[in-house]
Amino acid sequence: MTDLLYSADEEALRDSVRALLAAHAPGQRVLARLDGDDPYDGALWARLAGQLGLTGLAVPEAYGGAGAGFREVAVVLEELGRAVAPVPYLGTTVATRALLSCGGSELLGRVATGDCAVALAVCFATAPGTRPHPLAVAPDGTLSGTVPGVADALPCDVLLVPAGDGLYAVDAAGPGVRMVPVVSLDATRTLADLVLTGAPGRLLASGAAAWAALDDALTAGAALLASEQVGVAQYCLDRTVGHVRERHQFGRPVGSFQAVKHRLADLWVEVTEARAVARHAADRLATGHAEAPLAASLAQAYCGPVAVHAAEVGVQLHGGIGFTWEHPLHLYLKRAKSSAIAFGTADRHRAAVARLVDLPAPGHGVPVA
Amino acid sequence: MPEHTPERLRALVDAFLRANDPAGERTAFLRARFDAGLAWVHFPPGLGGRGAPRHLQPVVDEAFDLAGAPDNRPRRNSIGLGMAAPTLLRHGTAGQQRRWLRPLWTGEEIWCQLFSEPGAGSDLAGLTTRAVRDGDDWVVDGQKVWTSLAHRARWAILLARTDPGMPKHRGITYFVCDMTAPGVEVRPLRQLTGEAEFNEVFLTGVRVPDAHRIGAVGEGWQVARTTLMNERVAIGGLPLPREGGMIGLLARGWRERPELRTPGLHEEVLRAWVRAEAARLTALRLRQQVAAGEPGPEGSAVKLSFAELAQWISGLEVEFLGAQGLRYDDWTLRRPAEPDLLGRTATYRYLRARGNSIEGGTSEILRTIVAERVLGLPREPRVDR
Repeated sequence: MTDLLYSADEEALRDSVRALLAAHAPGQRVLARLDGDDPYDGALWARLAGQLGLTGLAVPEAYGGAGAGFREVAVVLEELGRAVAPVPYLGTTVATRALLSCGGSELLGRVATGDCAVALAVCFATAPGTRPHPLAVAPDGTLSGTVPGVADALPCDVLLVPAGDGLYAVDAAGPGVRMVPVVSLDATRTLADLVLTGAPGRLLASGAAAWAALDDALTAGAALLASEQVGVAQYCLDRTVGHVRERHQFGRPVGSFQAVKHRLADLWVEVTEARAVARHAADRLATGHAEAPLAASLAQAYCGPVAVHAAEVGVQLHGGIGFTWEHPLHLYLKRAKSSAIAFGTADRHRAAVARLVDLPAPGHGVPVA
Repeated sequence: MPEHTPERLRALVDAFLRANDPAGERTAFLRARFDAGLAWVHFPPGLGGRGAPRHLQPVVDEAFDLAGAPDNRPRRNSIGLGMAAPTLLRHGTAGQQRRWLRPLWTGEEIWCQLFSEPGAGSDLAGLTTRAVRDGDDWVVDGQKVWTSLAHRARWAILLARTDPGMPKHRGITYFVCDMTAPGVEVRPLRQLTGEAEFNEVFLTGVRVPDAHRIGAVGEGWQVARTTLMNERVAIGGLPLPREGGMIGLLARGWRERPELRTPGLHEEVLRAWVRAEAARLTALRLRQQVAAGEPGPEGSAVKLSFAELAQWISGLEVEFLGAQGLRYDDWTLRRPAEPDLLGRTATYRYLRARGNSIEGGTSEILRTIVAERVLGLPREPRVDR
């Protein structure tokens, strides 16, 4: 049966990640980075990957990882979402899943130690089950083509590129690789347009194995992003509840008005449900359950819109201060809205649910006699 | 080794089953199970339990079930088991507990709840039913409403005003009322579905012995809070498989009637399916929390979502059915023990679901409770305290 709770170990992991983020990535510091050259926080990444070993959680011990699993990764993502931490953990996790599906790789050991950040070179909006247009492979084995909107690519060392009939590893700093930074809606998770012109690549998998690895990675992305969305939503709810308790108008706390209370109560219900759904998706992924794709699509159909709603209600109930640049809430709105597109919109995932549980659209599918 | 383990409880059930034939007389078997402390294991010894952790109850129930033993038909006495029993356990005297808990658990005595009044629904503390002291008795006069099971019940938990001079929350006392006493009149209350699950209860000069008072005079509101808290737990949290509720009927209809499908309804059916599954997983998570001994406030979320989903999905189903959605099965005055949500027409479900956001605390009251007790938001200024 699906385990929807957090184990004692998972709670301990949460505590250590939260403490580190509170010390090194408070909201104001994340905000201040947006006006600097690089929104990514390399020092924070070094602490998370090196000090806490978070990039090794999903890597088996045989490859030098912690051999934990995606349930633990999901807890880390909740905390990173709660802090809108500008680190490439989601992208690295998705790429890790692709490497695991390719049957392991020496890259995994370097990922586990945090020496190497890896990104899957597909557009961030790609849904599981879709095949992005593959790049061209020249007779000499080099890769050429463009991939728009790749997340977590700018700070990465190795790109996993679907090209021709295979999946290739490409050194990000190697010849023929150009990454053009995109001005992204969510500046705490940068995007880049990737341009390859005769870039050398090492083949990791080909044919059905390559597509399976890609699909596994995208499914993991959809499933695990839900936990990040729960973290975002919970932060927005907590922060807004705190605000309306303190803020007074008409001689009483704003949070004592029923119009405000009921919106927040409804939001609490949504976040509570999103947590169960995200836990379910993480558990199905971690246990390799046959219905992991359904749980992932359910998670994106439900949790993505919840995070957006939480951020929107948060901005509204903060009033004027919520509309300012100085208050960090807008970082969550932007994270939530772009995450609702990442790995496929809720609508695409509802279509996937329709396929997976046999609820066909009008005029489609063979009716049951 | 801890005192209470699943293995030990299973061994106790095995020993009990060797001494008591599960195929024998039902009431005798249930009484013996109660006396053996294997009824509700978290209750204290002597009162049907053994002070074991509550989450071990399913171990015992499953062991009896496997042996084909009769159960106490919990759905027939939901108010007794879900609300009266925990209240008696928490606030009753030893004598009251001994008198009432055994026949309550075995189902020999059904219970109902005399709380709501025509003038006191959401604002329950505004109730006006009076109880006046007369020697060793109280004399009760008033009218209660929305009383399910009143026509089958032997006992009722009753709230009455004993001191009209006090602020409204402090003038209330909690009693147990004999439903066979002179002056108790039960009339069916017909609801918009045509049937009558509920009753109106008229109390005219009903004598309630002071020995049937639960808790101190004037402290009925505190006692009632135990009951109401358990009501919310009792309503939420039934374990269902995927598509086990109303969504399953809609999904099956969708699969079997391709000629009725439209693009707009497809979108809505998918949205409803996703929300129903989210609510189901939330209820499942609540059960896992309770089993792990750490119940969360998710019960309120479960009840709010259940009501919204039942209304939404049943409305969708009626619309999906088109011409068949114009029909109803039966308007005659029936007296069901509980609503037959899955067995009747979609139009019945649609109508009955309107009550889901009203009974057991309206969704509006529930949202306020979530906001104040779960989120810690300040109360609205009140003029009645």
